[in-house]
Amino acid sequence: MKITVNINGKRYSNDVEPRLLLIHYLREVVGLTGPHIGCETSLCGACTIELNGKAVKSCTMFAVQADGANITTIEGLAANGKLHPVQEAFWNEHGLQCGFCTPGMIMASKQILDRNPNPTEEEIRHGLEGNLCRCTGYQHIVNAVKAAAKAVGA
Amino acid sequence: MATTITKTKTLIGKAIRRREDPRLITGTATYVEDIKMPGMHYAVVVRSPHAAARIRSIDTSKAASRPGVVAVFTGRDVSNVGPVPCGASLPGLRVPHHTILATDRVYYAGHPVAVVVATDRYIAADAADDVEIDWEVLKAVADPVKALEPGAPAVHPEWPDNKAFDFHQEHGDVEKAFAEADVIVKQRILSQRLIPTPMETRGVVAEWRAADRALNLYSSTQIPHLLRSMVAQMLGLEENRLRVVAPEVGGGFGCKLNVYAEEALMGFVAMKINKPVKWIETRRENYLATIHGRGHVDDYELAATRDGIITGIKLRIIQDLGAYHQLLTPAIPTLSVLMMPGLYRTQNICADIVGVFTNCVPTDAYRGAGRPEATHGIERMVDILAAELKMDPAEIRLKNFVQPSEFPFPTATGLIYDSGDYAAPLRKALDIVDYQNLRREQAEARKQGRLMGIGMSTYGEICAFGPSPATPAGGWESATVKIEPSGKVTVLTGASPHGQGEETTFAQIAADELGVDIDDVLVVHGDTALVQYGIGTFGSRATAVGGTAVYFALQDLKAKIKKFGALLLNSDDVTLANGQCIDNKTGASKSVQEIAAASYRAMQLPPNTEPGMVSTHFWEPPNFTFPFGAHLVVTEIDRDTGAVKVLRYVAVDDCGNILNPLIVTGQVHGGVAQGIGQALYEQAVYDENGQLITGELMDYAVPKAHMMPWIESDHTVTPTPVNPLGVKGVGEAGTIGCSPAVVNSVVDALSPLGVRHIDMPMTPEKIWKLIRSAQ
Amino acid sequence: MIPQTFDYTAPSTLDQALGLIAQGAKPLAGGMSLIPMMKLRLASPEHLVDIGRLPELRYIRDDAGVLRLGAGCTHYEVETSPLLRGKCPLLSETAARIGDVQVRNMGTIGGSVAHADPAADYPAALLALEAQIVLRGAKSQRTVAASGFFLDTFATALEPGEIVSEIIVPVEDAGAGTSYQKMAQPASGFALVGVAARLRRSGGTIVLARLGVTGLAPHAYRAASAEKALEGTPGTAADIQMAASRIAEGVEANADLHASADYRRHLAAVSAARAITAALARTA
Repeated sequence: MKITVNINGKRYSNDVEPRLLLIHYLREVVGLTGPHIGCETSLCGACTIELNGKAVKSCTMFAVQADGANITTIEGLAANGKLHPVQEAFWNEHGLQCGFCTPGMIMASKQILDRNPNPTEEEIRHGLEGNLCRCTGYQHIVNAVKAAAKAVGA
Repeated sequence: MATTITKTKTLIGKAIRRREDPRLITGTATYVEDIKMPGMHYAVVVRSPHAAARIRSIDTSKAASRPGVVAVFTGRDVSNVGPVPCGASLPGLRVPHHTILATDRVYYAGHPVAVVVATDRYIAADAADDVEIDWEVLKAVADPVKALEPGAPAVHPEWPDNKAFDFHQEHGDVEKAFAEADVIVKQRILSQRLIPTPMETRGVVAEWRAADRALNLYSSTQIPHLLRSMVAQMLGLEENRLRVVAPEVGGGFGCKLNVYAEEALMGFVAMKINKPVKWIETRRENYLATIHGRGHVDDYELAATRDGIITGIKLRIIQDLGAYHQLLTPAIPTLSVLMMPGLYRTQNICADIVGVFTNCVPTDAYRGAGRPEATHGIERMVDILAAELKMDPAEIRLKNFVQPSEFPFPTATGLIYDSGDYAAPLRKALDIVDYQNLRREQAEARKQGRLMGIGMSTYGEICAFGPSPATPAGGWESATVKIEPSGKVTVLTGASPHGQGEETTFAQIAADELGVDIDDVLVVHGDTALVQYGIGTFGSRATAVGGTAVYFALQDLKAKIKKFGALLLNSDDVTLANGQCIDNKTGASKSVQEIAAASYRAMQLPPNTEPGMVSTHFWEPPNFTFPFGAHLVVTEIDRDTGAVKVLRYVAVDDCGNILNPLIVTGQVHGGVAQGIGQALYEQAVYDENGQLITGELMDYAVPKAHMMPWIESDHTVTPTPVNPLGVKGVGEAGTIGCSPAVVNSVVDALSPLGVRHIDMPMTPEKIWKLIRSAQ
Repeated sequence: MIPQTFDYTAPSTLDQALGLIAQGAKPLAGGMSLIPMMKLRLASPEHLVDIGRLPELRYIRDDAGVLRLGAGCTHYEVETSPLLRGKCPLLSETAARIGDVQVRNMGTIGGSVAHADPAADYPAALLALEAQIVLRGAKSQRTVAASGFFLDTFATALEPGEIVSEIIVPVEDAGAGTSYQKMAQPASGFALVGVAARLRRSGGTIVLARLGVTGLAPHAYRAASAEKALEGTPGTAADIQMAASRIAEGVEANADLHASADYRRHLAAVSAARAITAALARTA
């Protein structure tokens, strides 16, 4: 099937098998390997991307379902060589170690702040329910989201 | 082009944000799954659905005939590939022959049986379902205690008692200690099977270059060099024609400190099909076929005097090994024995381990590897003893600690504790929570019927593995430091960091030692074609051993700089400081960059002077290091549901000198998260048929953000004399200190109900049942 | 990880979709349950019809005393709809407890209801709300009460060829109080048990009590005996305990790795007491 998708501001048109998962489309067809695969049960969140402004797990979607959609992946966050405030905050606050969950974690964090510019610690932790990290114990991630909120608000 | 090299400040000890992060936060890092090669094929491993079964026949014809499938291999095809290695040795150890694919029998659910190779991963997945296997299902045993019972199904028919080994160690006069004891406390304590769960599963890309007879193997591993040596042996390849690359590695926690069947298998496949091949483990496979951790049933006895001095410890460990020995499987419980005295002075110990085969995936090193079990055991027992004697748990610990004046301290288990002030972190933790006041608060809460608990643990760990005689494959680490002709500094380390941040900490060391800008330093690791031999990253060793190797390579290099500097300055008295070599007589100077350039240009060298600015150092540590600390946890139990709420978590860790506080704190947090996971949530559960019923993240509860408490992390600093950096290691501290503190806290909360011990994970249901049975 | 092959159609109208479903195609809405099952190869439909993006199924409107939700509304839309938050807060509160942010962004109320997972959250609320569920086929449309919809584990009143097309919930009385209390399974986030309570009080007496329970039994149900115990009482702590103790009456409790039947029953009583207490506090 032919699909047309706008990814990180660029238009892509491809023929895909209906069963092709969106994550595989992004990684294998488009070549965006930022989103990762950490499970097959839609729990780890490493594959999180933004689809029409909403954080979704791209491993739990077929590429054909995204036909016509606007997608932002981790690769599309930095603009003109400048990191997105959430990326910058993850760096400053040591919100990552092995980095595997990080692209999804950053996209989920961005969604939190898009909807609530000044979240509490509890709201941040609740907002990250769909993303697992095995390295950080989440505390530096929580700090990063708080710092990003401050940076954006400043 | 000239580079100005100026040293502006000391970097060691500073919270410098990580130099590896830009690629990770932009999604541009390269993990194994991100590698793509022309003509790449995809492999799917067909696994046994049964824990124990005979293979009557395998029919691969349907799979092989599916369009896009290029090959299907079974056990028979790989009979020439060497067995999966066990690197540990113990007297009388029974080592099952561990082929990379099962031949006539399978021993655990998830056991690899065949591999399907196709041009496309979707086709490979379809074809894997086409492989038809005729099974004769056999009786399995998954519980190590049951496996020891007479008449239990034999995991390996040749050893009907299911025992892989018996291990005994004793010191002092333990019988006398128990005979003369005022009080003896006993308890069976479980350290349940856990699933390491790095967010990146395992994965391998293999590329055969037939004309060169060379194999490139990209694997998500913690030990690229050891892997190369062993896979070369398994495949019968010349070691120098096998290149192993550990690209970005998405967490390991010990489970990638191993040599797996699939690593050799993909090498075999690539050589057979003469095309690159990729295999990426699914999460389900990761749970079924990557090693698990812990799996202890421990029987403890403590002898003590009336006033709380511990006089003897007896321990019997039943270690669930699983069906095979992976790289270090049988060695892991021996680490528990080494650390069984904890931080306490007693010299009378007696330990037995029985290693038991079960029809489960093997256990092996998982964050802490043997030390969390030991710490959990002794720290639970000390609390049980304190309760028995009606003593305060802090007081009884302070009474038994090895004293600062006693270092180096020889332990009953044959170790030499390097340095410490064991009371210091405990006192600090008590101060942070205002302990006396907190106990008063608790008394108030109890009056109101609330179940509030205060628990602590003090831990010591054996780290920085380690002196070579004490390790299966060498305990040193290596570093090469080069100053390029342009003055840029490249550090090649044999450690293989995968989240620990050594690209930053090693750059801090190099920048400080050479007096150059940290941005001029690049740390390279994880590629056997680039890096001299190395051991790898595990056992909280990378900085303490690998960082020290960097330090010594830098000392050699500094001598070289001074030698060349003296030549250039025509002086016999020079000092190296702030990136400048200065003639002490004239004050004239040359920069490190100028000196490096000259060393490569090699004009007018005196005889016997080696050009270039490169130094390699293999550093052999004289001892382990022994980090220590105290964790204190305040909990409250929901009487209605049994749920545990952690109200406060205080971690005071002493990992020696701290090179980068940001990274150290991150390690503590992550360690604590895995300790909380064990204490409250995680458990690998096999049913009686050997089926893993926590086979997905749907059922295995890795802590999520909202399940973690806020961690108050603090430190005391006792440098180790073992290495010149004074660093002890911190990767596992959080995990080791955590679980007993949490359990002690919950037991304390429930102690008014007469509860004396709870095994992990302390699920709400378990606690609810305890509350109910007390009522 | 890799689903089996299937055909895929994304029709532009509901009628086209229903035509294909009548021929045996499987509807795909948000896919939050179906796709993981397909990836684990526990489900392998031959033909998927994507109804997840049909505008016809995506509305929340006030319609003469009832609220109508198109089945394609996502959990996030239900969670944040000002109309629902004002006029049927129980449904928004329940939606907020489903899965995680990403799941709520994609998953739909119709998909969740049709899937009828015994541990799903919505059914408890829909039962307490005495919701109506509109089922549509190519040539049929009928409305079933929530109490008659959830029949067994993953089994509903849906006939072959039918989909859930609309959910109808009442506009809540100004004085009503509602609450959804859930004990989550820590790994999956699904409900070990969840209880939705909806109460109305008049002159200090509870005149209406509706209690929907999920997670406890093979399918979600209304706890009639507990409701009866509560109605006519002033809702003292003792009344609440009495009602809560009947929450599992006549029900065979589920048991699995994560909770025994006993513990689930107990949690149901605790959740019921908490839900009733919270709902009562919200009554005018």
